[in-house]
Parts: sequence; C-alpha cells; structure tokens
Amino acid sequence: MNATNATEKKRGGWSWWYLLFVLQFAVALWPPLYNRAEPYLFGIPFFYWFQLAWVIVSAVFTAIVYFAVEE
Amino acid sequence: MAEVNWVALTIFGLLFGFITWLGFAAAHWRKGDLDLLHEWGLGGRRFGTVITWFLVGGDVYTAYTFIAIPALAFGAGAVAFFAVPYTIIIYPLMFLIFRRLWNVCSKHGYITAGAFVKGRFGNRWLALAVTITGIVATMPYIALQLVGLQVVIGALGISGSGLMADLPLFIAFVILAAFTYSSGLRAPASIAIVKDILIYITAIAAVIIIPYELGGFGKIFSAVPAQKLLLAAPGPHTTGSYSGYATLALGSALALFLYPHSLTGILSASSGRVIRRNAAMLPGYTFMLGLLALFGFFVIASGVDKLPEYAAGFKQFGNNFAVPALLLHSFPAWFAGVAFAAIGIGALVPAAIMSIAAANLYTRNIHREFINKTPTDKQESHVAKLTSLIVKVGALVFILFVPTQYAVQLQLLGGIWIIQTLPPVMLGAYTRWFNSWALLVGWAVGTFAGTWMAIAVKLTNTYPLHIGSYTIPGYSAVYSVILNLAVAAILTPVFNAMGTSKTRVDETVAADYHV
Repeated sequence: MNATNATEKKRGGWSWWYLLFVLQFAVALWPPLYNRAEPYLFGIPFFYWFQLAWVIVSAVFTAIVYFAVEE
Repeated sequence: MAEVNWVALTIFGLLFGFITWLGFAAAHWRKGDLDLLHEWGLGGRRFGTVITWFLVGGDVYTAYTFIAIPALAFGAGAVAFFAVPYTIIIYPLMFLIFRRLWNVCSKHGYITAGAFVKGRFGNRWLALAVTITGIVATMPYIALQLVGLQVVIGALGISGSGLMADLPLFIAFVILAAFTYSSGLRAPASIAIVKDILIYITAIAAVIIIPYELGGFGKIFSAVPAQKLLLAAPGPHTTGSYSGYATLALGSALALFLYPHSLTGILSASSGRVIRRNAAMLPGYTFMLGLLALFGFFVIASGVDKLPEYAAGFKQFGNNFAVPALLLHSFPAWFAGVAFAAIGIGALVPAAIMSIAAANLYTRNIHREFINKTPTDKQESHVAKLTSLIVKVGALVFILFVPTQYAVQLQLLGGIWIIQTLPPVMLGAYTRWFNSWALLVGWAVGTFAGTWMAIAVKLTNTYPLHIGSYTIPGYSAVYSVILNLAVAAILTPVFNAMGTSKTRVDETVAADYHV
C-alpha cells in the first residue's frame, strides 16, 4: 500500500493509522454521547442502534489499519 | 417444566452425539504428535484465519454470556449493553498487543503467560503469581459454563434434584473430559465451528421471527420500563452510571485477553497476521452478542416471565431462565432443541479450552518449574492431560454442591484478580522497564485492594470512589489495576537502587516482538 519498505523495525513501531483505534475507544467509552432514545431507527432507540452500528464502524477501522500497516 | 420436552431433547441429544464423534475424530485433524505439549495444548500452532475466528469466538462468547447478558438486560436494562463497547475495544488490543505476544511466544516456545513473564523478567516468583492467578481465575469461569449447560438442561424439562436431574450434566461432563483428554485443543477448535453455526442460525432466526411475532421493535421497546431503557443520567457531584458503564467495558476488555483460555486461543494461531486479520473479523460476534442482549427486552415484551408454565424455571434459575423461556415460547420444539444444543455446546467449547489453558499453566509453570524440572515430552503432556481432568472435576463438584451464586461471585472476583497480571503481561510486551519485584508487590497490592473493594460493595461490580465531595463509581478491577501500576512504577526505581535489578535476565530481544 505504501512505497516505504516494510522493514521489521517499521512494522513494530507507531503508525498514524492507529489513531483510528483511539477514536474507536473514545466513542465506545463515552456513554453521554449515545445515552439517548432519539432518534429511533426501525423502532430501536438510539442507545442500542448506535452502539451496534459502532461495532461495524470499528471493524471497518480495524480492517483499514490492517491493510495500511500490513505491507 | 415438569414435562420432559421429548422433541427438543432428541434434537439436543443428536447434536451432542455428533459433536462427541467430532471431538474424538479431531485428534486426527492436521495430525500432530499429541504426546507433545504444544500439539495437545495449542493444536501445534497451526490454526489459520478461519479456525482461529471460530476458536477465539467460541472462547470469548460463551454459553454463559448468551444466558447472562440477556438476563441482565431483562433484569437491569440498558447497563447490559456494556457488553458491546467491551467487545468493541478488545480488538484493537488484540491487534496491537497480542500480535506482539504471539510473535515472542512463538519464537521462544512459550505456551502460557507465565512462561512469557518468566522469560521476560527472569523472576520465577512473578511468573508463579501470574500462573496461580490464571488458574484461580479460570476455575469459576469453567463452573459458570456448566451453569449455562444446567439452565438449558432444565429448560428441556429435566428438573428437580437428585441423581436423575444431575445425570445429563454428568454425561455432558464425561464427554467433555474424554475428548479434551484424547484430542487436546483440536477438539474444541473443531466443535467451535458447529457451535457457531448453530448459534448464528438461532440468533438470526430469533431476531427476525420474535420481533415479528411481537409486533415489531417499536412495540418491544415501548414495553420496556423507562428506567431500564437508558442509563440513568448522573446526578450532581457524581459521574453515576456513565463511569460505571465505561469502566465495566474497559476493565472487562483489559481482563479478557489476560485469561489463560483467551491466550491459548490466540497462541494457537499459525501467524501474527492471522491474529490481525481476526481483530477485524471477530466483531462479527460482537454484533451478534448485541442482538442477543436485546433478547432480554423481547422477554419483557413477550411477558413469558409471567406465564405459569415457566414459573418453576424462573424460580430455579432466576433471570438466567429468561432466554430459554423465550426460545421455548417462540419456537417449535425442534428448533428450541437446536437453540439449546447451540448454548449447551457453547458451554463445552470454552470449558474445554479453559481446562486446557489451566493444564498448560500448571504443567509448564508449576510442575516443570518447581516439581520435575526435566520431564520427558510424554511425561509432560501426560501431566497436562491429567490436570485438565482434575480442573474439570473441580468445576463439576463445585456446580453440583455449591450454590450457583458463589460461582457468579467468584467469577466476578476472578475478573479483578486476572487484570492484576496486566502490568507484567501486556505492558511486558512493550517494555521491561519495570523491576520484577516491584511488579510482584504491585500485583499483591492490586489483588488485595480489588478484593477488598469488591467485598466492600457486597460483591457487586461498581465501587463508588470518593474524591472530595465527588463520587466516581467504577469497576473495581480498573481502580485496583491502576493502584497496582502506580505501586509497581514507584517501587521500580527504589528496588533498582537497592540492587535487585542485577538478578534481572531477559531472554527476549526487541526483534522477537515483530517478526
């Protein structure tokens, strides 16, 4: 995916892509953000559908990081 | 309840028969010499992306989870959904930290956290602390899996007390013990595939059919009392349920991969890349767990808890009977049998992995370290097989003779204890800055403080931490591990200055962590 050589050292180090993980953590662990009933989706309160949606977003983030740092 | 549900019982029995055969046949799968501990106890580290997905999924999302999380939603409401953020944040941890641990463990042939700590810090007493914590925290976890099994057996109509009522649990246990003994980790790995297919079928069918029967999600949620629908907004001078919810998710996530059985699942992967791929794929289970948590609300909306035919079940198993009652009420008997088999098999998979993990720990880090330092390969795997049996007998005796409530409470304490191994194991994957004796003192202080906090709040999860006039309720495991870390960090320079650092040997080098 990127031009730099994926040397051993590089792969073990920090990548800016990991910021996606920080975002994933921050949202999941901040209940004031989603502790509300409105808006409903198919009759499901926001609290529930948002967290379920965040599961999918998080999985996509992890996949992005995987493809970005692995080669 | 008094009537045996023969249709469901037959389906349940057939599926159990199938996995019994599969468990024994698994010994020949990707054949290895089962007299070698890493073959028996880690499946020869040969599991690829798909098998690891099923294995870790079967490990993390256990029968007890499928019973207890909806039961919590049914009884307490929104707080049960902490399972979702919890199982969201475990995967970045897996991606970053456990990939490193896999690398170093594979390089040096470590099969347990205790072995890694011994190699990293060169302190056998710290390794012993990590090992004993792992075994002690795992035991009640195995017992809880048997509780999950007990609930579905009860739901099949086999109830009451005495030998006949306990017989099915005993049979399931013998099956579990026998295939684990003969096939090692290959057995739960192959059975996990069957279990997960059954669980997915059940979950998807239930989440489509039950809301349809009940008139849609709108109707279901309008039946949920307002105080259960959302977390209570915090009052003045407290972070209230918000900090409780977030720390419960965080603490559970940090604890999860420290459990020996999780590490066993991860270490059996064939490469670090398999682990990273799985970090992106395992959230599939989290999504399903979220859907299953909603079952608690289906129960409220359907009112099965008020139907006379399920009264005895609720009386015997409490809220844990909510999901079985819902399944019996909503589905034809044959499908209820499939669903119960899914939950029942879902108990055997993690129970098998847990007993193998405990056996690996005992064999490598206690027996080999303190009793027989030079075992032959055959002796070593024999000790492990025997230990896995003893661990399971212990769990069975516990479940048959001790009130279930104690298993639940011990499991809660187990979470607090296991998280105390975070500094040497998870931080150890990144740094050996800490002095090993400082880590040992930190572990002791954290274990003691966490246990004390849990007892102070009568063995519930959340401890109200007072800072001035402000109250921050939080999961005792999180508070106690912070204390543990602080102690270890403060004592490290002190102990180093006293000269104990000379005894520190690190077998690992930086390159071992990112092969």
